[in-house]
Amino acid sequence: MELRPILTTLRRHKTASALIVLEIALSCAIICNALFLIGDRIERISRTSGLAENELVRVQLTGIGKDDNADALTTTDLAALRALPGVKDATVTNQVPFVSSSWNSSVTMTKDQQQPTLSSTVYMGNDHFIDTLGLKLVAGRNFSSDELIDWKLINAPNSKIAIPSVIITRSMADKLFPGGNALGKSFYSWGDDPIRIVGIVDHLVRPSEQGGPAGHEYSMILPFKVSYTVGGNYLIRVADPSQREQVLKAAVDVLKRNGPNRIVLTDNTKTVEALRGEYYRQDRAMIWLLVAVCIALLVVTALGIVGLASFWVQQRTKQIGVRRALGATRGQILRYFQTENFLLATLGIVLGMMLAYGINQMLMGKYELPRLPAIYLPVGAVALWLLGQLSVLGPARRAAAVPPAVATRSV
Amino acid sequence: MFGYYFDLALRSFRRNKALTALMVLAIALGIGASMTTLTVFHVLSGDPIPQKSDKLFYVQLDPAGKDGYTPGEEPADQVTRFDAEALLRAKRGDRQAMMTGGSVGIEPQRAGAQSTSMDPFYADSRYTTADFFPMFDVPFAYGTGWSQAQDDSHERVVVISKALNDKLFGGGNSVGKSLRVEGHDFRLVGVLGDWRPTPRFYDMYSDRYGELEQVFVPFTVSRDLDMSRSGSMDCWDDHKDNDDPEGETGVNASCTWIQYWVELDTPAKADAYRQYLVNYSDQQRAAGRYERPTNVRLRNVMQWLDFNKVVPGDVRLQVWLAFGFLLVCLLNTVGLLLAKFLRRSSEIGVRRGLGAARRAIFAQCLVEAGAIGLAGGVLGLGLALLGLWAVRQQPASYASLAHLDPLMLLMTFVVAIVASLLAGLLPAWRACEVAPAIQLKSQ
Repeated sequence: MELRPILTTLRRHKTASALIVLEIALSCAIICNALFLIGDRIERISRTSGLAENELVRVQLTGIGKDDNADALTTTDLAALRALPGVKDATVTNQVPFVSSSWNSSVTMTKDQQQPTLSSTVYMGNDHFIDTLGLKLVAGRNFSSDELIDWKLINAPNSKIAIPSVIITRSMADKLFPGGNALGKSFYSWGDDPIRIVGIVDHLVRPSEQGGPAGHEYSMILPFKVSYTVGGNYLIRVADPSQREQVLKAAVDVLKRNGPNRIVLTDNTKTVEALRGEYYRQDRAMIWLLVAVCIALLVVTALGIVGLASFWVQQRTKQIGVRRALGATRGQILRYFQTENFLLATLGIVLGMMLAYGINQMLMGKYELPRLPAIYLPVGAVALWLLGQLSVLGPARRAAAVPPAVATRSV
Repeated sequence: MFGYYFDLALRSFRRNKALTALMVLAIALGIGASMTTLTVFHVLSGDPIPQKSDKLFYVQLDPAGKDGYTPGEEPADQVTRFDAEALLRAKRGDRQAMMTGGSVGIEPQRAGAQSTSMDPFYADSRYTTADFFPMFDVPFAYGTGWSQAQDDSHERVVVISKALNDKLFGGGNSVGKSLRVEGHDFRLVGVLGDWRPTPRFYDMYSDRYGELEQVFVPFTVSRDLDMSRSGSMDCWDDHKDNDDPEGETGVNASCTWIQYWVELDTPAKADAYRQYLVNYSDQQRAAGRYERPTNVRLRNVMQWLDFNKVVPGDVRLQVWLAFGFLLVCLLNTVGLLLAKFLRRSSEIGVRRGLGAARRAIFAQCLVEAGAIGLAGGVLGLGLALLGLWAVRQQPASYASLAHLDPLMLLMTFVVAIVASLLAGLLPAWRACEVAPAIQLKSQ
């Protein structure tokens, strides 16, 4: 295939060629970044929480006014919940994953450290916490019931109680003690005394996005016995996922009976699976939107290529006839337009890559996104090459169908 | 002449139906996407209180301890209860109020409410001081807010939203009735009218585009009854002894959790107030309460919203995306218009040969481009309405606000026509550059 005649022709149609190149470049840049954003969101919504999500339900309730009897009521609440048929275990906690509000505390390695090493979320859990949530202990042990501290005591003014133990996630352990073997070591976070790590769980997601993507599993569990007035979260694990709705209903009834004068927050009382779905709903909507934009861009770009290519074919009908009359085959004419499109697309893609990189730089600054991984560039390139070839196929075939006799007509 | 060109444009459209439809569709898609996202952006970034947003200021002080201090950093987002109460007592502004959010249990059956069968429920609340209502121009349907004297005497009065009044009292005048809040009886002094500041600028630490709180209670009373609070709270100095039975919400607690607003009617007063805050900070440091160098901020409503990047990142991203898309659609239109005009080179050659000026050709081409823009705008408006409908189905709290206002309606057509005229400039220029002699020769 001779490239020279194609280049000469393109040079004579600078404006139209430039327009096609620009359109492809812009589409390529936007599509690369959109694909990247889609990937980023998919990664987020498919995060491992560490929970036995499909076996958990959450009930949130709150008292009216002050309840001086909250601790005793919480104990009987839990006993009643665990006695329900179909319930494996139940626990009370200050916060649950997939609900944006969270407790956080900064962590330092020494007592006098000025800048914290990291900020971790704080789950307050009793000895049933790990089993109820279905967390996987990869090292160490669970809390024993005698090391639990009453929240009322630790939260009292001027409290001097030392916290005997903490369970943290592997992600946080690796960050605090990069050499590994965090078990048995200590850090400072709550109060004045060092807190010893007695257990490490595989995963436990943070309730909020605080701390960014790197910190989404910086979680610690402190051995605090909280009452239902601290956050008001009961988490219940069922034996059979299909029974979740029944258990939920039974749990709400039993809690209402056990302590009247409390309000079950029905909007927040649902399966953990539903909580997760709601938490990531915005991300899912964004994914669909980005997909729609990509498709629309491809369609519009394809139509643009079809339009201009058809114009060129029509404009050059006479030349094509002459070439056919001089012995060019249909295949040669077809390949001429295909090669022309390939050249334009390549130029557009090269420009588009640079533009994609520039847009990514801007996004990085504005939205704290990581750098565009190089893998998205060839994906975008191949997509646009294919698009160009597909769009030009129709006009090129029409060009190939021009009969040689045209050359002799109406000169 | 315009009418004639318009007629020519319509004829040209009829001749190339597919190509014309393609261009109109491309512009409509671009306009539809841009106007949808721009309308959402416009709604979310609007001025929530236009009549006095430049007179209302948000106070920031830097009371935190030395630990973690980085020079040049912003001061704390909120103020401590101690500072808020001190500033409130000093009354240096034209009006001022301290506030925080929370939620309270309401027991309808124990109140003078109409329906006695209603279960107790939880409602969002705001604990604030007397000036909140006049300072923010809050409209009342019945009654008024409470007075500073009532603040000071810890009187159990309550103001409720229109929505709560509808729910509890069927929308009637309920002023003077009693309402059971958190297990205590409160006297109802006011019912708010329709008011939904968007964004809810006075508190950036709860749902920024959410509905208005339903219950307003004097701050002093909320502390007497230890009502539950929500929003962000930042504490430091847990090494220091704190015997306050109120814990982290106590007057002397080292925690910032209060929003403090002040109304200053002239720029001179604002400058004076800023100086007052500097002096206050210096005094506090001299007294040993503050440990960091003086670092105060006094931002008005729009500056405060900007600082908080109040428009969600996703919404801003969508605007960029939509305008990128519009740009591709326009490039597409430029290319197609170019093809269309140049295809008519011989026709143009004849017109030029018969004496038409270049300017006339140029005008004719632009009229044709503008007509495409107009059609694209009409179709784009339909798409934008569809897009906004889709936005309203979203779970976000701002979703229900996504409606086209007259300004954005006008914008749609202006953008569509300007964009298509811009797209028509290059092709029109190329068309009027057509040399008549060559065209006439090849006929």
